[in-house]
Amino acid sequence: MTTRVGIEVSIALADAVKMANADVIAAYPITPQTHIVEHLAELVANGELDAEYIPVESEHSAMSACVGSASVGARTFTATAGQGLELMHEVLYIPSAMRLPIVMAVANRALSSPLSVWGDHSDMMAVRDTGWIQIVVENGQQAMDNILCAFRIAEDKRVLLPVMVHLDGFNLTHVVEPIVFPEQSDVDKFLPAYNYPLPLNPDRPVAMGDFAPPVIFTEAKWAQEVVLRDSKDIILECWNEFGKTFGRQYFPVERYHSDGAKVLLLTVGSFGETAMVAIDKMRAEGNDVGQIRLRLWRPFPFEELRQAVKDADILIVLDRAISFGGPGGVVASEVKAALYNLDKKPRIVSYVAGLGGRDITVAAFEAIIKNGIEIARTGSENEYEIYGVRG
Amino acid sequence: MAKSESELTWKDLEIGCIVTEPGSARQYETGAWRSQRPTYDFSKCIKCGICQLYCPEGCVEQNEDGVFEANMFYCKGCGICAKECWTRVITMVEEEEK
Repeated sequence: MTTRVGIEVSIALADAVKMANADVIAAYPITPQTHIVEHLAELVANGELDAEYIPVESEHSAMSACVGSASVGARTFTATAGQGLELMHEVLYIPSAMRLPIVMAVANRALSSPLSVWGDHSDMMAVRDTGWIQIVVENGQQAMDNILCAFRIAEDKRVLLPVMVHLDGFNLTHVVEPIVFPEQSDVDKFLPAYNYPLPLNPDRPVAMGDFAPPVIFTEAKWAQEVVLRDSKDIILECWNEFGKTFGRQYFPVERYHSDGAKVLLLTVGSFGETAMVAIDKMRAEGNDVGQIRLRLWRPFPFEELRQAVKDADILIVLDRAISFGGPGGVVASEVKAALYNLDKKPRIVSYVAGLGGRDITVAAFEAIIKNGIEIARTGSENEYEIYGVRG
Repeated sequence: MAKSESELTWKDLEIGCIVTEPGSARQYETGAWRSQRPTYDFSKCIKCGICQLYCPEGCVEQNEDGVFEANMFYCKGCGICAKECWTRVITMVEEEEK
């Protein structure tokens, strides 16, 4: 029996970490991630979760403590957002290269300045190349489910990589949603205790993150790249297994009325659900539009994306971050790169919107799609379009 | 390690490039970095050991005669020992000038 509970997404996410039976949590509170770590601190203090909670002095220390704890083979969790993720930045490259299966929830938030606590994807895009597996969720259920999947993927002996689960700050973290809680016994079966193959252990000494001269460094980086690329198969296997056990399956590129549609909208994150309403409305009005949503940001799902857009003439990509002075939307530029060498590919229109917590309404999505179709047909002098900016 | 470093492929590396052999750093010939080497006039040596204390590499040892000498496998040729030696036992010379 499973239970559907009306609960704030942050609290449910923390409960998922409890159900995963994490051993160590090292975190620094930052809006809009705060409720996640507050609830975990509470669970540990109440004795409901038998874990070590390390209240560190900064996010740089949080990730450093996580590296240490994962090195001894402890199941390790942290969470952060925006500036916190940036303060961690230097340390993020360490667990991916050292192959330490840390799980981190990122409550996506805009980066200063000007100061904004609200959501966009600037933080996610800035850590694109840190070597972590990056999963993006669109609602509370997906957040809870993918925290459980993240531990299983990270700890798989064929993977052993850290995993970020991105969820939009406020739009997801602070909303109350009906969420199905799994049975603890099912979680235990899905996520058994794990043994890190080469932990720090005085009886069997190892050195981690040691120095590599030029003669070794390229080999070390290629080994890291191959394992991250190959992790996609294990991610698919995990989502498949999750689907069998819990009845909800996930895919690297989620499709919504996209098969055969001539016009597609690509979204990342929770705004995709608003976009679905716009897609429904436009389809009801006779427009041949569909939607695809990127679930897996790293490793990038090249094959699944190519498959999903193969019949489309126009692909409108929505980004919630700007690559300043560059191609505008980071996701759009990756999508372009993924499709560039194909003989048949859709025309791609890059849109930036939803920065720093600004909503994109159903009407705005309709406008973006309609304008996008027009731009695809007539062309535009802009590298990308920005929606809703005044003046 | 059966293979030398230059023979290792990416598949040969342990996960995360973890080093499983304790103390393997001692196989690393930091002496290869050297552009100058210390030379000794042991007749002046008072066996005080100040060169050993100051050596950042920890490669100076007292030999059977009681005088202090750098292990050339590790000595990087920094010259700190020559600078600190009270009695000017040590003179740094260019490697080429052996």
